[in-house]
Formats: sequence, structure tokens, C-alpha cells
Amino acid sequence: MTFDLINSLYVFMLAGFIGFEVIRRVSPLLHTPLMSLTNALDAIAVVGAIVIAGEAKSTLSTVLGTIAVVAAMSNVVGGFLITDRMLRMFKTAKPKKT
Amino acid sequence: MTPFATQHLIEITYLVATALFILALKWLSAPSTARRGVLAGEVGMVLAIAGTLLHHGIVDYTWILIALVVGSIIGVPLGMVQMTAVPQRTALSHACGALCVTLVGTAEFYLRAPDVPRFMMAVLCLEVILGSLTFTGSLMATGKLQEVLPQRPITYRGQNLVNLSLLAISLLVAARLVLHPEQKMLFPLIIGIPLVFGVMMIVPIGGADMPTVISLLNSYAGLSAAAMGFVLDSKLLIIAGALDGSSGFILSVIMSKAMNRSFTNVLFGAFGQVQTSAGAAHEARTVHSATAEEAATILAAANSVVIVPGYGMAVAQAQHKVRELFDVLSKRGVDVKFGIHPVAGRMPGHMNVLLAEADIPYDRLLDMDAINPDLPQTDVALIIGANDVTNPAARTDQSSPIYGMPILDVDKARTVMVIKRSMNPGFAGIDNPLYYLDKTLMLFGDAKGFVGDIVRELTGGGH
Repeated sequence: MTFDLINSLYVFMLAGFIGFEVIRRVSPLLHTPLMSLTNALDAIAVVGAIVIAGEAKSTLSTVLGTIAVVAAMSNVVGGFLITDRMLRMFKTAKPKKT
Repeated sequence: MTPFATQHLIEITYLVATALFILALKWLSAPSTARRGVLAGEVGMVLAIAGTLLHHGIVDYTWILIALVVGSIIGVPLGMVQMTAVPQRTALSHACGALCVTLVGTAEFYLRAPDVPRFMMAVLCLEVILGSLTFTGSLMATGKLQEVLPQRPITYRGQNLVNLSLLAISLLVAARLVLHPEQKMLFPLIIGIPLVFGVMMIVPIGGADMPTVISLLNSYAGLSAAAMGFVLDSKLLIIAGALDGSSGFILSVIMSKAMNRSFTNVLFGAFGQVQTSAGAAHEARTVHSATAEEAATILAAANSVVIVPGYGMAVAQAQHKVRELFDVLSKRGVDVKFGIHPVAGRMPGHMNVLLAEADIPYDRLLDMDAINPDLPQTDVALIIGANDVTNPAARTDQSSPIYGMPILDVDKARTVMVIKRSMNPGFAGIDNPLYYLDKTLMLFGDAKGFVGDIVRELTGGGH
């Protein structure tokens, strides 16, 4: 257990650094799509909710898990959809460039 | 497959998903690769969800499938909102994310307690506290942005004391739970108190502070998801949460710097109340106003024009008229660029999305640091619905509440034109000396209507 914990802390720290370096390079032009995309990615919490909803360990956990899946899934679908819609609008002066 | 092999398969889908998530953000760095980034994120998400469905602990798929379908159905309209509604949609999605994390944390607690190691309990409490306060905080932000709730900051005596006490009490309860995990009846408190705190935290926030606050809430949502990853021992969740957390954090830092304020100042400052009297104290000074016809003549004679949009442009829905102006002027050989302040609008990058939606090429949209060196050589700076981000008092007047805030140096342009409804000061009630300069022309009217009038003049009355 403690060993796992240290591992997790390393993972968290490294991911924090990667996040910092990667996101620092995102152009201010795309800060709104950045926020909606990270939001969609963050909804990966749905995997935890799916397990809780399906384990059927108690009525409470099934109900909470089910609502959690709905909340996260709306972020997954909505988040990716709007990010892509926004990015499609960013065009250069020359047409036909994606 | 044996449960052991399945477990490995799931772990591998998570590993691939993690790599795809990092690539997604990397590709988002430039508009040319950004859509590939979205695709990478989608593939990663589908893989991770599919992998999870193989989990050996799942005995009943009924509710999972119903929830996945219902969630997707709710997600579609949330993904199809108007571009002007993106800030409130974003705040709402922070709330959904935080809700998910809080509910999972709660379920985990009641499944495991009191048999929870101390560190795990601490992280679980952190997850639930952050999740709850982000949930109500984001709902409040949504309400303010949607203008269901009053946009003006609401302050009262002892506000900060009340807020800090709420936070302190929930942390104390959490500490007690860590030491005495068998006291299950304490758990609802670390949901309930942060829920109240979330509301109280946003009450004093004004509209102009929203870019910072949305970024902070984004960061909290990410951190709470990372905490959930610790509890569930899921590296995928820890990484996704850390990425989201750092993204929100970086954006909040950028936004605070662009307002020359600290986080604490944004959250506890209630800026809107500070300086209402300062503007009124000034003598009525003369301003030069001009008609659409005069403005059109000056614009047509210019070689270079920088347009500075602000939230007022979004409110007036003037972005499509601005695009027409951009087209007309470009056709006449005028070099038209846009100068965009980081906090223009209600969330980071808000103006860029609105202008991109109106079909303005993104290479014409320049951020503050890129446009400022050009402004002294610019013939006309045209300000549409922006105020404080153009206020030269931020550079010169030490007594001004926005002193030190980086601004767009529009006062250095040869001519300044400001489209404004009236002489009412901006959100903080700060007088803008820009309006009294000899080279400044005030164009009084509705942004959409006035830009439309200028376009009509430029196209020779037809149209």
C-alpha cells in the first residue's frame, strides 16, 4: 500500500511537469479550446464511476455511480464536440487549410 | 480470458489512452494540428471506456449502459451551444466533472470506511472537499455568466472571515475523519460545508474576474480528479487530473498576471466595490465625438488599423459586423489586425473564438505582447466594447486601482476611436483618461449598429 502510494506520487509529479511544459506551449489563441479539451479529458473519471456503478456492492454506490457516469459522460461527449467545433472555425486567410 | 490477463489488457488500454491524452494536449499547441489533438483524445477516451467495461468487478451492466447513453444524450446539446455561450458551458462542465468526482468519492467512502488507511482517507477527504466546492462554485459561475444570477459582486462585512471559517471547519472535520475513520457520521459534513463554501466563494466575484475564476475552478476540478486517481490507484486518472489541474493553474496564473492581481486578491478582493467614487470625482472633461461617416473617412485613409475587441463586442453580438468591416478595409488595402488582451471577455481566449467564428483568419488575431510593439506605428486603433484593458492610467497613475496591470497601448496609435454606448465607466468604475485625449474620437452607439454604419459608409451607402 505505501509502495503504491509513493508510485502514485511520482506519477502525479511527473504528469504535473509534463502538463506544465505541454500546456505552456499552447498559443493564447487556443486557450478556450484548451479549457474545453482538458475538461473532456478530465471526464476520464468516468472509468472510476463505471466500476462503482457496475459492482453492485450496495444500492447507494450503484445510484451514486450511475449519476456520476451520466455527469462525466455528458462532459466527454459535450467537451469533445465543442472543442472540435471551435477548432474548425480557426482558419488562415488562405482557404482550404485545416 | 483469465481475470489476470483481462486486468493486463485493461491496463494496456489505459497506458495507450494516457499517451494519447498527452499527445492531444501537445497537438493543441498550434491551430494546424489542434484537430488531430481532439481526435487523439477521443480515441484515448473510447479505448479507456471500452477497457473499463471488461473490469472483472463489474457484475451488472444495466445501469452502466443506461448512464452512458443518457450522459451522451445530455452531452450533445452541451456541445452544440452558441459560441457566445461557451463561458457558461465551460463552467457547467466543470460542475459536472466535480459532481462525478464527489459522487464516486462518497460511494468509495461508504464502501470502504472505516477500513481505510490514513493517507487514503486524507486524499479521499480532499477529493470530496474539492469536488463539492467546485460543484457549487461552478454552478454559481454558470448562473452569473448566463445572467440568471446578478453579475455584480455581492459583498458584506466579514465575508472573508465567513468563507475562511467554512473552509477551515471542513478541513478540521476531514482531519478528525483521518484520525477516527469509524466516525462515519462526520462524512456528510465534508460534503455539505464545502458545498456552501463554493456558493459563498463566487458571491463576491464580478463578471470581469470570471476568466481567472473559471481557470481556478478548472484547476480544482483537475486536482479533485487526480485525488480520485490516488484513491482508486488509477495512474490514468492521476495523469489526466494532473494535466487538467496544471492547465487550469497555468491559465489562472496568466489571467492573474494580465490583471496584475494575485489569486487571493481575485477570490477575496471583491474588486468591483473598490473604486466607484473615483470616476465620479473627476470634473466633466470634454471629449471629441464623431459620426460613422467621419470614422469611415479616417479608416479609409489609414494604412494600418488595429481593432481591440472586448466583452462589449460579445454582448452586442457585433463580431459578424466587425468581420464585414475587416473585409471592406482589407479590400481597400488597409492592414487590419486585432489586438487581444488575455482577460478580454469572460474566459481565457474568449475573443479569439468569437472572431474565428466570424471567419476572421486567426493569423490576424494577435495577443497583447505581439501587438503592443506595432501600436506606435498604427494609424487607427479602433476599440469595440473594451475599456479597462486600454486604460493608460494602468501605466501612469499610481493611485489608480488598476495601476500596474498590463494594457494594450492603444494611446500610442496616431488616432484612437472608441465605440461605446455612453461615458459610463467600466466594471470597476475606473475613469479612462484615454477618452479625453486630443487624438481620441468617441463613437457613441451600439457596437453592432455603429460598425454596421461604418461599413455602409465605406461601401458607398449601398448594401
